[in-house]
Amino acid sequence: MSVERRPRVGDSLLARTLILGFAVLVAALLIGGPLAVIFSEALRAGFGAYAANLSAPDTRHAILLTVATALVAVPINTAFGIAAAWAIAKFEFRGKGLLIALVELPFSVSPIVAGVAYLFVYGAQGWLGPWLLDHGIKVMFAYPAIVLASLFVTAPFVAREILPLMQAQGSAEEEAALTLGASGWRTLWSVTLPNIRWALLYGVVLTNARVMGEFGAVSVVSGNIRGVTNTLPLQIELLYQDYNSAGAFAAATVLAAIALLTIVAKIIVERNEPARAG
Amino acid sequence: MPRSPLPGFRLALGLTLAYLGVIVLLPLAALVLETRGMGAARFITVVTGDRALAAFRVTVLTALAATALNAVLGLALAWALVRYEFPGKRLLDALVDVPFALPTAVAGVALTALFAGNGWYGSALEPLGIKVAYAPLGIVVAMAFTSLPFVVRSVQPVLQDLTGDYEEAAETLGAGPWRIFRSVLFPEIFPAFLAGCSLAFARSLGEFGAVIFIAGNQPFRTEIAALLVFIRLEEYDYQAAAAIATVMLAAAFVMLLITNAIQLWRLRYARAS
Repeated sequence: MSVERRPRVGDSLLARTLILGFAVLVAALLIGGPLAVIFSEALRAGFGAYAANLSAPDTRHAILLTVATALVAVPINTAFGIAAAWAIAKFEFRGKGLLIALVELPFSVSPIVAGVAYLFVYGAQGWLGPWLLDHGIKVMFAYPAIVLASLFVTAPFVAREILPLMQAQGSAEEEAALTLGASGWRTLWSVTLPNIRWALLYGVVLTNARVMGEFGAVSVVSGNIRGVTNTLPLQIELLYQDYNSAGAFAAATVLAAIALLTIVAKIIVERNEPARAG
Repeated sequence: MPRSPLPGFRLALGLTLAYLGVIVLLPLAALVLETRGMGAARFITVVTGDRALAAFRVTVLTALAATALNAVLGLALAWALVRYEFPGKRLLDALVDVPFALPTAVAGVALTALFAGNGWYGSALEPLGIKVAYAPLGIVVAMAFTSLPFVVRSVQPVLQDLTGDYEEAAETLGAGPWRIFRSVLFPEIFPAFLAGCSLAFARSLGEFGAVIFIAGNQPFRTEIAALLVFIRLEEYDYQAAAAIATVMLAAAFVMLLITNAIQLWRLRYARAS
């Protein structure tokens, strides 16, 4: 709505300088500082040492495990986000407010609480643990538990990104497609998803970053087995506790780079969807 | 039944409910029911034990301090991003998203490296007698980092939508800048500001990854509730872990209710004004 915006009453030069100075200084120190120190610490001993740290077997394994987790968790939560947003945005039904609150619940729950909760379902003393044990299915302290905990923590992200847009766009285009004889799936694929593609892209990218970076929940359910169930964030903790600071920060640069790419994706999305930025 | 010509309601809602049931509700129910097996008396003994109470106190106090810090910083950032033009504005706007995208463990090791005695910030602060790493202040810094975007992103759109009419009117009537802010602008952004603060506080209460690296994790002094849950698990005291985690879950529900109440109030407020 920037069309109707008029020039505002300007702040005095003093107020402007103080507010802007404070905001820029603290943001640079609190956010810029950590980003800078990650790369500075990782490259302290030179590029050769950095490359050697990154290709250490346990770190390489952690990278592969993290990618393998994201490859399963991100598509599942993307499908869930689309289904949830379709139900909430396109239909009126009782209990909708409650459903929205439920979808957002994982945001409010501490990742540690989520991890512990999974232990009481799939752990040896949990509800399904004994049955799983009898059938030789290993969930806890293994890859499935890492995926499950990641699914819990990142469940709301796709839905939250696409829901406001789908609500704003309404259903007129979908109704037109159906009138013209398109099937429901065809309508979803050719009308709805193209309309929300940028928000969906950002939701997927953000989900990916959060899956790859999840620490608390995964640290409870993974069992922290070196070179077996250590994801990249857990590997960073392990190296850090081993006083291998260079190794820890080398691993951290991978996740920091993914975070920066996520933010680049957001900027691209906002460029392509000016309505979102306002 | 929903009145809509679109198909797929049953499928979409069914999938959503089934998924939420298996992934979110089943584990949380298992956690809460685990505490039933321990009996009310032992539950109360565990969650009111000295160490648990100290951990709750540390968590709540540092989360409050981090939220207060973010209230001021978030407001200043939103204000600068909406009302001022300056070089690097886009970069500053992008920086605000870093805490959402950067893994908490990475933030934790980076902040610890900065604030440790030999770090870039620590070496300047410790001679002044300000100890951040391995002290309660470190917990505040870590929580403030991870929850920084909430206040900014809540206030920014509301500030953006203000047209400036009331401000001009207030100025014409002779109000000074501080008076205009206090009586005209702040009431407009207050509901959004409060919603941002409650989100930031809720996030800080549950934060784990960023905190444990910088906190020092001394029982009674810098041990947060989430860490105490983790420690009880490692001691195989599952019931104690479940009890403390249930208290944290209850706190999260209360914060969710408060946040939703603020959002509702905000909607009504927006419609009224």
